Amino acid sequence: MMELTNIASYLTSFLTFAGVYAVLALGLNMQWGFTGQFNIGIAGFFAVGAYTSAILTTPSSPAYLGGFGMPFLVGLLGAIIASTVLGLIVGLITARLRTDYLAIASIGIAEMVRLFVKNEDWLTNGVRGIAGIDRPLAGTVLDSGFAYLVIVALFVAGVYFLVERAYASPWGRVLRAIRENEPATAAAGKSIAGFRLQAFVLGSAIMGLGGGLYAHFFGFLSPEAFMPLYGTFLVWVMLIAGGSGNNRGAILGAIVVWGVWSGTDLLTGLLPSEHATQAAALRVLLIGVLLQVILVLRPEGILPEKPPKLIARKR
Amino acid sequence: MIDILQLLVYGLVLGSVLTMGAIGVSMIFGILRFAHFAHGDFMTLGAYLGLAFISAFGLSAWWALPAAMVGMAVVAVFIDQVLYRRIRRTQPVILLIASFGMALILRSLVQLIWGSDNQTYTSGIQFPWQLDWLGGLRLKPDHLWIMLISLGLVASVHLFLTRTRLGKAMRAMSDNMDLALISGIPAERVIVVTWVIGGALAAAAGVFLGIDTRLHPMMGWTTLLPVFAAAILGGIGRPYGAIAGGMIIGVSMEMSTLLIPAAYKPAVAFAIMVGMLILRPQGIFKGTV
Repeated sequence: MMELTNIASYLTSFLTFAGVYAVLALGLNMQWGFTGQFNIGIAGFFAVGAYTSAILTTPSSPAYLGGFGMPFLVGLLGAIIASTVLGLIVGLITARLRTDYLAIASIGIAEMVRLFVKNEDWLTNGVRGIAGIDRPLAGTVLDSGFAYLVIVALFVAGVYFLVERAYASPWGRVLRAIRENEPATAAAGKSIAGFRLQAFVLGSAIMGLGGGLYAHFFGFLSPEAFMPLYGTFLVWVMLIAGGSGNNRGAILGAIVVWGVWSGTDLLTGLLPSEHATQAAALRVLLIGVLLQVILVLRPEGILPEKPPKLIARKR
Repeated sequence: MIDILQLLVYGLVLGSVLTMGAIGVSMIFGILRFAHFAHGDFMTLGAYLGLAFISAFGLSAWWALPAAMVGMAVVAVFIDQVLYRRIRRTQPVILLIASFGMALILRSLVQLIWGSDNQTYTSGIQFPWQLDWLGGLRLKPDHLWIMLISLGLVASVHLFLTRTRLGKAMRAMSDNMDLALISGIPAERVIVVTWVIGGALAAAAGVFLGIDTRLHPMMGWTTLLPVFAAAILGGIGRPYGAIAGGMIIGVSMEMSTLLIPAAYKPAVAFAIMVGMLILRPQGIFKGTV
């Protein structure tokens, strides 16, 4: 009986994590899968979302700005707004340029966010971090890990619904056109920079939401708890493995790659504890090799992109 | 006044390191059209290869430098042939993802082999020269050597690019890929040479960084942002611009400590880069946008 509850709680936590990553992968899909924009500062948007929600919802503390004790949904809304603003700034700088510049700028933004979070104690409590971030429904009978999993799943479903609609819409068609052939799209009279900016900001907002969901799941935030780079990297592997451009692929990739990542944790856990740092490095090595193998052998991912059927006009 | 001069020296040393990295990034971008995100970890691996030669043969750090450069050039060509060459035919941006993954692979390899702790090439403190005729400016012999050797390497790259057929072919490919290929330039050979130079210079940057500070698996990754900033500032795809960019970024980063906390040094490089992207994305020397 004990075993069974353990497995159930492990599974709940596993799926909640996978759900948070699925939200991030869907956000990245909007930027990379649809539009071909290369963002490797995911961790930055994620952290901004997580910290915003944490500051808005925790009870007030003398150590850092806030908390304001706001409800869960207000925290998430704040997370979305904050990451939207950040996405707008990065997007405005890079929308006119080749995507390599976006990649470089986004890595810079992630680094700046990390430095800022670490050094500005008044806002984020610095390296000591923010603790005591409650789950929604905390204190009621409904509060449990499983209930939070349901909430995360609802958000994943909601985001999936929105991005899927966006993908099939004329707006999404322009994004794919930009990805496939930028000069032709410009010749058709579409504002390349404008559409790119919209997609980038929308994707950033979704990532901020992912950050907020993470904060309330984990309950504690600190600059080190993020492992920013691995977070970004995992989301990329998830999207590429699942199938970039395909929203279902993004969700599937999140579950599969999170499974692989957790599986390597169980495997390297068998090593003696004095090799703990080597074990962590070995996990990253395995995931890195996995990415390269996918890129060489199956770049389209598990579920390749399937553009919606063209509807023939009735004559 | 003496503070500013002192910071200028530190800035030029850091600038030399950044230049070594930025020339490689710039050349790879010019020839292969992608931002090479594993370059910082090339620097890390180069620095650790130097450490391996030092501990294996009891060489001094300066003699380990050429060995590390040769070693890293071999590794760079190997990575290109095994991985990058296979996906070169697709979009360049796929190479970008692959290089990002390669960065993590190299770093975890370094952690696996050498561990995650700080290491140094030599123990003990080097005493600086006190230059009284310059108002008591302190100059470490190591710093002087780093600047001189960088100068020598830059000069050799310059001679290679302007005096040899292969160097000229490389510049031609960087300027106009289609024209160069039509006129029968051996593309694959040029690409291999690009990786040889890029890898060797990255190793030099890593060893310099190791001599100046310490070795750590994250040393290259944290330097990558200033290296990119230097390459963009100089005009990406322009090796000569990389020199100017490296020096400007290096000096600005060190000078900034007069005004803001040292923890925000990378932010200075980032701010200059963002300003450049807004005002003149092609860089000082007109690069490829």
